[in-house]
Amino acid sequence: MAKKNFSVEFVVGVFILIGFLAIAYMTINLGGVIMPGNRFTHVYAQFNSVTGLKEGAQVEIAGVPVGKVNRIYLDEDEMATVELLIDPKVKLQTDVIASVKTQGIIGDKYIKISPGGDEEYLKDGDRITETESAIDLEELISKYVFGGVK
Amino acid sequence: MATCENCCIELVEIRKSFGAQEVLKGVNLPIRRGLTTVIVGESGQGKSVLLKHILGLVTPDSGQVLVEGQDVARLRGRALKELRTRFGVLFQGAALFDSMTVFDNIALPLRERTRMPAAKIKDKVYATLDLLDLRGSEDKFPAQLSGGMKKRVGLARALQLDPEIMLFDEPTTGLDPVRSREVYEMFHQTQQKLGYTSIIVSHDIPKIFNLADYIALLHNGVIQACATPEDMQRCQKPVVKAFIRRVMGEMYTSEIEAQEFARGI
Amino acid sequence: MISWLEMIGARALKIVNDLGRAGMFFFWSVVGIFRPPYKLSPIIKQIYVIGATSFTVIFFTGAFVGMVLGLQGYHTLKMYGAEGALGSAVSLSLIRELGPVLTALMVTGRVGSAICAEVGIMRISEQIDALECMAIDPYRFLISPKFVASVFSLPLLTAIFNLVGIAGGYLVGVHLLGANEGAYLATMKSAVMMEDIWMCFAKSICFAVLIVWICADRGYWVHLNADGYGAEGVSRATTHAVVISSVAILVFDYVITSLML
Repeated sequence: MAKKNFSVEFVVGVFILIGFLAIAYMTINLGGVIMPGNRFTHVYAQFNSVTGLKEGAQVEIAGVPVGKVNRIYLDEDEMATVELLIDPKVKLQTDVIASVKTQGIIGDKYIKISPGGDEEYLKDGDRITETESAIDLEELISKYVFGGVK
Repeated sequence: MATCENCCIELVEIRKSFGAQEVLKGVNLPIRRGLTTVIVGESGQGKSVLLKHILGLVTPDSGQVLVEGQDVARLRGRALKELRTRFGVLFQGAALFDSMTVFDNIALPLRERTRMPAAKIKDKVYATLDLLDLRGSEDKFPAQLSGGMKKRVGLARALQLDPEIMLFDEPTTGLDPVRSREVYEMFHQTQQKLGYTSIIVSHDIPKIFNLADYIALLHNGVIQACATPEDMQRCQKPVVKAFIRRVMGEMYTSEIEAQEFARGI
Repeated sequence: MISWLEMIGARALKIVNDLGRAGMFFFWSVVGIFRPPYKLSPIIKQIYVIGATSFTVIFFTGAFVGMVLGLQGYHTLKMYGAEGALGSAVSLSLIRELGPVLTALMVTGRVGSAICAEVGIMRISEQIDALECMAIDPYRFLISPKFVASVFSLPLLTAIFNLVGIAGGYLVGVHLLGANEGAYLATMKSAVMMEDIWMCFAKSICFAVLIVWICADRGYWVHLNADGYGAEGVSRATTHAVVISSVAILVFDYVITSLML
């Protein structure tokens, strides 16, 4: 019985270990949970429209992922405001342009940051002033069709 | 509230129905301390139900079960727990836990109900194993035991918390005559040594007469008579008489069987 | 006419009665978790029974469900030229729905039936009465460890199911059918949100409670069912328990999904 007892505990131990590894992989790698200790630069950006953009979407510079969208909310001017978490190793000039772009034809929306030329850099909590909203395909088409293009 | 001298349990006007069927129709029964009371009666007369009333597993529709003057049906929580530790029960099928060894089964009440250290538990369990001649089977599982062995393990488990009152529900069902005699001898010996009050429910009637101090006949939902075996045989009440006549006939044939058995036929 | 009404009324009363009893059962089982003496070994044993021994079943069902998702998803998405989204399709359907639901259904079939039969047999062979006579709380002794072990094991099994399924989908989609490897992993990572994972675990914990609750309750009160006694009663109760808890899992899956989306 003593031997059997040991093996029960051993098997349970192995099971728990595998289970916890699976949970850890899911939450950290897939869920994108920020582990304490990983620090990010918080940057805010205001858009007219962020149609299709989701929290957790990628932030890229020249196609390289440098962070993610943490929060999307409506500020007091009724403008869409996006909180970005940026890798602190990446320095953003104060005159960068943030734009909402689409990946592929039905793909996800992401934020593209085009580098600027300023000497100064954005600090934690600063705001990106230059933004470009999401292109609304429907609106665009209707403009062409109904001749709204100026 | 009726009380009687030397009684540890008293059943007063117990009534119980299951659905439309009234099983107990006002049962009165005193159980005397330190003695053996046997409740007899044909099957389906509610003998096991009566036992469950004494344990507080079933509450009566009306009437009282008084254990040392306390009404069992009114007890809750800790008081009921305390009361139950005074009882030891041997169930019909012994009710051993299938997934535990004999040792673990017997040690269970000590492990769960006391703070005894493991070494002491071991000593106590082994002492009981010796008492009931079970040494050597402690690592077996209930499924590997014979019917008589199971009963002994069940008794060993019931004795762990030093009960004042032992209840036996049909202790010899499913046992052959030789084995059931062994079981009765075992009861007799352990009672001599430990001095508990015992209540036995049985329909193994002729044999049980030797063991009983009092016999109570349950018939048609009431106790028809409660007396010593000798008085029982002399009783003039028609129901009792008819019952005893049937019983005596059985005793006669079973004695012949026993003789034949002894001669090796 | 009257007897008809009576029958319906009696049935309704019985259902309400059963529900109330199940509620009490749940209450006392939860109370039992906090009652001393606290012992770890029964819980470990139950984790072994519920969790560890289900590992193989979960592994294989997870692998094949993931593989078939890869197969179906690839061909469907290809029609729209979106086979790059295979990773997100497989991982989202596994994490949100199939992982927790199928794991719970497998565990019901494997463990729920065993729990019901075990408790039921203990009831009809008077082992539960014996516990009560020894003044051992049968809920604390028998049922509470099952609840704890189940709530602990099911999320682990679900996580294993999900990962094995994602790997299975990867195997079929990328290696057999030739979907883009990078796209599979990238779309998977960007599509799965933390909310999806919360939902997955919320579901599996809820299902864990449901399985033990329904199956143990059916077994515990088996002697009160009028439609069968003894071994037959237990076998009926077991079938009944598996059916009820499977249906309950699917119903609660819908409810939780609608609450959390």
